[in-house]
Amino acid sequence: MDTAIRVRTKLDGDLVQVRVLISHPMETGLRKDDAGEIVPAHFIELVTFAHKERTILSAQWGPAVSRNPYLSFKFRGAAKGDKITISWVDNLGEHWTDDAFVE
Amino acid sequence: MQAQRRELLKLFSLMAAAGLLPVAPAWAEEWNKAAFEAKKMDDVIRMLGGGAPQQSVDVVLSGPEIAENGALVPLEIESTLTNTESIAILIEKNPSILAAYFSIPSGTLPWLQTRVKMAETCNVYALAKAGGRFYYAAREIKVTIGGCGG
Repeated sequence: MDTAIRVRTKLDGDLVQVRVLISHPMETGLRKDDAGEIVPAHFIELVTFAHKERTILSAQWGPAVSRNPYLSFKFRGAAKGDKITISWVDNLGEHWTDDAFVE
Repeated sequence: MQAQRRELLKLFSLMAAAGLLPVAPAWAEEWNKAAFEAKKMDDVIRMLGGGAPQQSVDVVLSGPEIAENGALVPLEIESTLTNTESIAILIEKNPSILAAYFSIPSGTLPWLQTRVKMAETCNVYALAKAGGRFYYAAREIKVTIGGCGG
């Protein structure tokens, strides 16, 4: 599975807009494949964003979040070069952590 | 309680980042299964620990009038309520009404954009919690091709 997380940031004063694209199938468990077989549910349940060891956003997702989830949010207190750590875990226990830096 | 939970989550995310955890077992309990299995907004709110919600102009939900592809419906939500603690997205006629729930600590703006799946034309709700109470905005989005079974 391609587990990449792509992050773009836009800094305005100390306010930063974070745009994130996570590669994940986000299968609902309702879809049938070409052979007519149900594709098992496989979706991210938890996502957290941390900046300077502080959680700046945490999310709980269900399978209704679109495939390859997109999320944008804004937080204060950031400066250029600051590290943002993004972690997710899905319903099958797969997980991923990545760092991004404020541009 | 909330603070402890955050600390624990942070600890586990640090441990996971350091490769100390093969899986992240603490997180699995964190996902609010009951809320994600609920079929009605009132039940979701009960699972999130709240009472009757109130419609409010201080919560703004933006999205398309017509979504041609129900698998990819862009939404933007903003709350102007003081001390907004969380924002949830509910989709009335999806198999599970709760789509996503965001905890918003101070310092993070009560604003977000994301993309969701919609099974059919229905009301979408943005539900914000502030001062221990729930407030919502509703918007009907028409769906041309549903995005759940697909």
